[in-house]
Amino acid sequence: MLDDLRDLYQEVIFDHNKNPRNFRLMDDADRQIDGFNPLCGDRITLFIKISDGKIADASFQGQGCAISTASASLMTDIVIGQTEQEAQSLFTLFHKMAIGEPVEMDELGKLAVLAGVCEYPARVKCATLPWHTLDALLKGAEEPVTTE
Amino acid sequence: MNQISKKLPAYDVEAIRQDFPVLNQQVRGKQLVYLDNAATSQKPKAVIDSIVQYYENDNANIHRGVHTLSERATLSYENSRKKVQAFLNADSHKEIVFTRGATEAINLVANAFAEKLSAGDEVLITAMEHHSNIVPWQMLCEKTGAELKVAPINAQGELIVEEFAALISKKTKFAAISHMSNALGTINPIKQLIDLLHQYDIPVLIDGAQAIPHISVDVQALDCEFYVFSGHKLYAPTGIGALYGKMEQLEQMSAYQGGGDMISVVTFDKTVYNKVPYKFEAGTPNIAGTIGLGAAIDYVSRIGIDAIAAHENSLLAYAVEQSQRIEKLTIIGTAEQKGAIMSFVLDGIHPHDIGTMMDHQGIAVRAGHHCAMPVMDFFGVPATARASFAMYNTHQEVDALMAGIENLIEMFG
Repeated sequence: MLDDLRDLYQEVIFDHNKNPRNFRLMDDADRQIDGFNPLCGDRITLFIKISDGKIADASFQGQGCAISTASASLMTDIVIGQTEQEAQSLFTLFHKMAIGEPVEMDELGKLAVLAGVCEYPARVKCATLPWHTLDALLKGAEEPVTTE
Repeated sequence: MNQISKKLPAYDVEAIRQDFPVLNQQVRGKQLVYLDNAATSQKPKAVIDSIVQYYENDNANIHRGVHTLSERATLSYENSRKKVQAFLNADSHKEIVFTRGATEAINLVANAFAEKLSAGDEVLITAMEHHSNIVPWQMLCEKTGAELKVAPINAQGELIVEEFAALISKKTKFAAISHMSNALGTINPIKQLIDLLHQYDIPVLIDGAQAIPHISVDVQALDCEFYVFSGHKLYAPTGIGALYGKMEQLEQMSAYQGGGDMISVVTFDKTVYNKVPYKFEAGTPNIAGTIGLGAAIDYVSRIGIDAIAAHENSLLAYAVEQSQRIEKLTIIGTAEQKGAIMSFVLDGIHPHDIGTMMDHQGIAVRAGHHCAMPVMDFFGVPATARASFAMYNTHQEVDALMAGIENLIEMFG
C-alpha cells in the first residue's frame, strides 16, 4: 500500500528515528544553539565541541518528525571528526541534494538515504533544519535559527 | 432554515458531492479523501459559477459610476450583505462589514478599541483561542498598557466557566471568545458567557471562524456586540469574510483604513467619513469574493445548517468509535459539546509524518499546531494530526481514514 513511500521513509530513517545517535545533552559544549521550524513546530538544540579546528563531539536534543530526527542523528554522526570547513561543505552538498539539484551521491555517503526528500517540498525543511542549525552554529550565530 | 431542511427527504450526501467538482479526483493514484475542512472547505459549483458570472457579465467597480455594469455589481455586492445579515439574523444589513476574513475583522475591532483602553484595563480571552484571536489583543494591550487575561481549559479541552467568571471584574473592558475551537472542536457555551460579561457591561467579540459552517447563529439572540467569520470555511472563496457589529458599537468606532469609498467629503483640511458600514470598507473591495459568499450562503441555506450539522456529528461519532480500535491513537479534545473535528496523536509517530503518509493514501489531513500553539503546550504535544468533516464527507471516508492510520502505524513498525 505504502510501497512508493519507501523512497522517503527508508528503513535507515526509521532506525535513526527510533534510536537517534548522539541524542543527549552536552553540559560542557563549546557552542550550542536552537533551531526551530515554525511551520511544523520542530525544535532542535545542537551542541558541539571544537578541538584543534575539528568537531570533536556533536549532539542534539529536541523534538521533531522522523525525517528531522533521522537527519539530525545522521548529521551529528557524520560531522564528528570533521573540520569546520568540511562540515560546511557537506552542508552545501546536503542542501543541494535536498532541493533536488544534481550532486555526486558518493560524496554524501550515508546522508544519501535522505535524497528522497526532494520529491516532498513540504518536507525539505524537516531534513535541512539540523543542517541550517549547524551552519549557523559554525558561523558563530547566537540567536535561534528558523527555517522561515 | 430548519423548516426547509425538514422538507427535504433524506440527507443525500452523494448528490451534495456532485456539486463539488474538486472532490472528483485522484491524489497519488487514490481517490481523494478531503478531511482538512477546518483549514478551508471546498467550493460548490454554484459558488464557482457565481464568480464566473460576475467576471464574464457584470465586472465593474461598485458604489460609483452610473453605468449599468456598475449598478449590477453594486446590487450583487449589497445583496450579499443582506444574505449575511439574514444568515446571522442581524437586525440591519448595515451592521455587516465585509473584511478579508475573520482575522481582519478581529484586527478592525481591536484597532478601534485601542482608543478606549488604558493601563489598568483588562482584555479577557480563553486558552483555546486561535492565534488570530490572541495576537490582535496582545497588540492592543501593548499599545494601551492593558493586560491580557486568559481563562483556562480543562483536560477535555473545555473552558472552565467558573474560572472564566472569576476573571471578570470592573477592570475587564473587552472579551473575545471562540465559538468553536479549531484545534479541539470544543463548542463554547457562548450565550452563558455573553450573559456573564453583560452583567458588567463588557462588550464581547465571538470568533465564529470555525463555528459558522456547523452551527446556526443568531446574533440578536446571542446579544454579542461582535461576531466575525471567514467565508472560505463556509464553502465561499478565500479573501472574504464579515464582521457583524451592533450598530451602536460600530457608530462609535473609528475607521480602520483610510481610502476611497469610506469617505463622504475629502478636502485637504478635513475628511468626513462615510456611514457605517462603508466607513470600514476602504478601497475597492473583494467584489467577486463577496458575491461568492452570497452564493455559498444560498447553497448552505438550501441544504440547511441543522441537517449539515446532524450529518457531520454522525461522522464524528463514527470516527471516534472506530478510532478506539487503534491502540496508539489518542484524541486531543474530548469536550462534551464538540463540532466535527478529530484532533489526534499517535504514540511514537510525529504528526508531520502522519500528514505525509496519509497524503500518500489520497487522504488530506492537517498536521501541525493549527495556529494554536498555547493549546499544543497545554496538552504537552508539539503538534497534532487533525481530521475535520464537512457536509460532503461520508462514512466510507471515515473508514478510509482509519485504514490509512492503521497502514502507517504498520509501516512505522
